[in-house]
Amino acid sequence: MFVNACFSCTGQREFYNDARGQSVSIEFLHAYILGNYRRLYARTLAAGINHFNQGQIILNLLATGKQTPPEDRREEGALIAASLRSLPPQRAFRVLELLRERRINNRRARAIAREYLEGREDPSFDAVKYRSKLRATVAHGHLKLAGELNAFLFHGWRKRVFKTPLLEAFRRAHYEQASLFELPFTIAEGLAVKHGIARDVFLERIEPRLTAGERLRLQGAAARQEGVIAIELGKAPLTKLALYLLSMKPETRRERHVELHAALERAATRTLRRGSVPLGRVAAVLDNSYSASGSTEKRRRPLGVALAAHYLLSSMAREYRAFWTSPPEAPLLVEARGQTNLASPLLDALDWGAELVVIVSDGYDNDPPHAVAELTRVFRTKLDPSRRTTLLHVNPVFASDLYAPRALGAHVPTVGVRDAEDLPTVLGFARFAEGAAPLSELEDYLAARVRRLLERGRRAAEPGVSPVEDEATVDAGEDA
Amino acid sequence: MKAKVSVTNIVPKGLRLAPSQVWGTLRLVPVLRDEVREDLRFAQRSYDDDLTLVSLKGGLKEPGLKYLSYVPHGLVMSWEGRHAEAVVGTQLKKPEGKALKVGPHTLRLMHRMVRREEKNRLRMLPLHLAMEGFLSLHFGGPEVAWAEYSREALSHGLDPRTEWSVPGWANPLFDEALRVFEIHERQVGVLLFHADLLLSAFIVSHPEDYRALHRTLLEDFYGELLLQYGFLDSAASLESPIDERRVSSLGELRAAVERMREDWAWFQGFMAGGLFGAEVWATSVYGAGPFHLQRFVTSLQVSEENHIGELITREDGTLEYLKTYRLSAAQTRRAYLLKQLALADWNLDRAAESLKTTRAELILRLRNAGFGYLLKDSVK
Repeated sequence: MFVNACFSCTGQREFYNDARGQSVSIEFLHAYILGNYRRLYARTLAAGINHFNQGQIILNLLATGKQTPPEDRREEGALIAASLRSLPPQRAFRVLELLRERRINNRRARAIAREYLEGREDPSFDAVKYRSKLRATVAHGHLKLAGELNAFLFHGWRKRVFKTPLLEAFRRAHYEQASLFELPFTIAEGLAVKHGIARDVFLERIEPRLTAGERLRLQGAAARQEGVIAIELGKAPLTKLALYLLSMKPETRRERHVELHAALERAATRTLRRGSVPLGRVAAVLDNSYSASGSTEKRRRPLGVALAAHYLLSSMAREYRAFWTSPPEAPLLVEARGQTNLASPLLDALDWGAELVVIVSDGYDNDPPHAVAELTRVFRTKLDPSRRTTLLHVNPVFASDLYAPRALGAHVPTVGVRDAEDLPTVLGFARFAEGAAPLSELEDYLAARVRRLLERGRRAAEPGVSPVEDEATVDAGEDA
Repeated sequence: MKAKVSVTNIVPKGLRLAPSQVWGTLRLVPVLRDEVREDLRFAQRSYDDDLTLVSLKGGLKEPGLKYLSYVPHGLVMSWEGRHAEAVVGTQLKKPEGKALKVGPHTLRLMHRMVRREEKNRLRMLPLHLAMEGFLSLHFGGPEVAWAEYSREALSHGLDPRTEWSVPGWANPLFDEALRVFEIHERQVGVLLFHADLLLSAFIVSHPEDYRALHRTLLEDFYGELLLQYGFLDSAASLESPIDERRVSSLGELRAAVERMREDWAWFQGFMAGGLFGAEVWATSVYGAGPFHLQRFVTSLQVSEENHIGELITREDGTLEYLKTYRLSAAQTRRAYLLKQLALADWNLDRAAESLKTTRAELILRLRNAGFGYLLKDSVK
């Protein structure tokens, strides 16, 4: 259940539950597992859970270091360091900053922070982009940074001329416009306002410095302002890409259908290179009811996950068919609309004779209510007791009142996912979610994953191996 | 002036119910229409005033019968071949009526509850139409100058008569329920249950109109029932299990799910029995082409659930529009007393006899119901 929650919950507002409930609920779960199954808790870091929960676990482990049994100390420390390194930098720095907010300052926490900072490739870039967070970390842990960084962070950039080019650019950008375009986008953005640079001019000139994520994020804004930012649809991760495409107007999606469709297929293939389970005859029951529109904080996420899962499964399976709750003209033109009638598409899928049925839904089944629970119960007990057909419910939404993603009755295992990319991992976890496998087996499974994560961390630290490629090879070996 | 009253039944002809969606204590039951005809459309017209004064008789600023209430929006109905989309939302005309500033507030003056604006267009104030009809029920007071009645009652009738109601947004649960509600493709209306008691029904003619008007339900007013039963945790989740002994193939499983769906429709129709199929006293308000606008009151028996509302039927009896308000027990009691008094020609003794009670008891009941001002102080 805990691993499940860690896949889907991000402490944000969902369609049916508010943010406050979400954070209370997930905090309770963390505290409970930490108190009772400490080793399992630490090892969950290796399970491929989402960044929000990784951050929480790291913090909680560092805060309660005294309770670690001596024999686990080494592994726990290594796990924390490795997963902190694998987090996106803004997330990792936030975790370090939270160390100060939560007043966690033991020897291990300081060591972890120091090790992390030493491992960063370009400290001066971090110093500019994550200035306040880095300063908080350094001050909190009494760390010494190389070169001019300490002076930059603590004596202020006004005091002196820097020799490091980026730091110097940052200083100069406060006084002249030209230097501003050498800075990271988010920093330059604020300074551009200060200098009164028109938005379209700014976007045009800063374009070479945008990261892939920033490019995707700025698309909508740029379109409104008639500016165009070149975006390579081929680079974005699958779920992010699906969400971005869904944010386009239906007409645009219709016009550029061939291009967008190809982009999604490419993204799916790219995801599968990291690890793929070859599947047979697969049917996906995809929920595009109104509740798939998500919330203001997670706009269209359930729908995006469904669309991404559609592309992912279709390239994983030998034979594949999708059954939407209200079938769209083409998967790409899907909209969140109407009631949730999961029973009929599920029946169609079973009729088709699928070996594996993956249901992507938030678990609210209202036309008629509990139909899927009843249907699957009868199907399991009467029509298919030997389990020739595997049923799996994939839920992108964490229900705070249940401490878990909402399930569809007792006869379908439910697993939470945040990104469709987790699907290959999740297919491995489905057995545990069903409750069929004992705890010890889960521990073994996690232990194996821990070993791989740590190995990967060690190899990534060596020069010449890029972490991404490395991850790909490891995952591919493991899931096969 | 007495309008013709006819006794009819509300028959949900051309409609079917779908399984309900529950949020807390609220249960929303979608009403679906399979055959959608395009010839009757509704659109919302918003008013942004604190109070609205509707002239029922006479000109805008002349003396006459008035209705005063908070009216957030009206409904514009257009029929027969005119594309409603062309009418909806286009504010070619200057805003309707007249807006006055009264201190920090605004007051809108309007003509009539139902007003024909063009050949095929009608503006009405939903529910206020029914409420006005309900308030004016036996409004004139005694027609024979019985000795017991106060001078006030004899010269002015029950003027002014007031009732109060609860706006939809008074219950935060309702806002959430409307937000998370998943509108069906062919949905034209909704039955609203609170604590599994029918609170209101709203049905229009066209699914697109319903989609557009869905959120206006929040601005409408409801009976006190919307606020009562606050301690009930949530509406019971009803289940109709599939009997696995009768299922031996996927086809039969499909049939079983279908049966489940029908069970739901039947059961909810049964729960709404106080409205559908019950006898109502309807007054004709407007005839518009093949459509017939009526307002109605149910039996007003204190022991039963009572609704007021308005409805539009097509010539062939199809129910095209319905909006109801559930009277609270106190409101029913007041209306019931007035009705009994009117039936007895406002003679207290005769009324007491027909109510199978004593005269003193009746007077006490009248005073308790808030009609003390009708009677002379000396009457005991």
